[in-house]
Amino acid sequence: MSDVVSLIALIPRLRRYARALVGERAAADDLVQDTLERAWSKLHLYRHGTDLRAWLFTVMHNVHVNQVRAARPTAALEDDMPELAQRAVQGDALLVRDLERAIAALPAAQREVLLLVALEDLSYDETARVLGIPIGTVMSRLARAREKVRALMQGKGGSKLQVVK
Amino acid sequence: MSEAQNHIGETDLHAWADGCLAEGRRVEVEAWLAAHPEDAERAAAYRTLNEQLRAHFEPVLDEPVPERLEHAALRRRRWSVAAAVAGWLALGVTIGGVAGWQLHARYAPVPLARTETPVLARRAALAHATYAPEVRHPVEVGADQEQHLVAWLSKRLGGDVRAPRLDAEGMTLVGGRLLPRDPGPVAQFMYQSAPGRRVTLYVRTEGPDQRETAFRFAREGNVRVFYWIDRKFGYALSSADLEREELLRLANEIYRQLNP
Repeated sequence: MSDVVSLIALIPRLRRYARALVGERAAADDLVQDTLERAWSKLHLYRHGTDLRAWLFTVMHNVHVNQVRAARPTAALEDDMPELAQRAVQGDALLVRDLERAIAALPAAQREVLLLVALEDLSYDETARVLGIPIGTVMSRLARAREKVRALMQGKGGSKLQVVK
Repeated sequence: MSEAQNHIGETDLHAWADGCLAEGRRVEVEAWLAAHPEDAERAAAYRTLNEQLRAHFEPVLDEPVPERLEHAALRRRRWSVAAAVAGWLALGVTIGGVAGWQLHARYAPVPLARTETPVLARRAALAHATYAPEVRHPVEVGADQEQHLVAWLSKRLGGDVRAPRLDAEGMTLVGGRLLPRDPGPVAQFMYQSAPGRRVTLYVRTEGPDQRETAFRFAREGNVRVFYWIDRKFGYALSSADLEREELLRLANEIYRQLNP
């Protein structure tokens, strides 16, 4: 399989991740397109023989961070920095039972970790490499993301995490 | 409670939910969960969330890929050479400018923009490249429902579509799918040999003004395509695994079966 064919074959997977990450179809495809274009310009950074899909996720992560940063100059993807989607549902947390809305309510940094692990089946190590963060950060973001989604899906609201003994 | 069980932590619950614990540890964690219902409930909820996420977003994999994304992926065709060069450079191997340029000149495929490949062959190659590597969803309807598959595709294409039998050639029908465009609907049949080599047959309705053609050969990336127009249908047989001669033999066999 040449890399061109691999790249085409990976589009559906990039689209799936992007859809879960940004929610709306056109915006998600925009992100995929930007990712593919950026991948070409950053080709010299790809180490041949390494996992192309993981590398493309890294490229997509960087593109996404830059877009979010451009949209809200002070936000970036800080853990406790809510995105627009969260603000929209915060006051209405009791109604958030739908999976997509629960995912959208997560801070982007937590959402990325949850989706790479739970949806894309990356290992914790791979996730840490893709996002350029320590594995301990992967685990803490994953734990917070899952607790938050669980709470939202149960209609308990996101602010009160269950007490873990 | 054993010594090991005292060390079951948060990470273990997540690793259990994600199915990435080594066997021995998994047994220990499950013993812990059996004794700690709250943790068990939490870990089960995490695992359920994984399943819900996959079920919810799985359909995206089967959506037709927008053309603009295919173009973005194919925009430059020197990917493999450039990546290989990048890899060598990463290993500290110095490539002389002349040698590098010769390599480029020899292996760089024809740029997409000035390729002569007609739409039929190009789309067939793209569809092949998209679905042939699929492990879990290579087809929409499997060969075990062949009658249904053929009836369904015939109805959607508005003509008598048939799935040629290639078992004598060592290729077994995997199944088929409908590709919604180009500009009418398109059928794709997938065949696979025992060693896992795949070919796809792309079938689309041609307009009445299309003349019949002989077999023609095209190449997109490393996908080889034989395509032809026969009565109301255009056909394209694609493979990245088969050599040109093998592919031509299959194309001949398909043509023979469709024109008894």
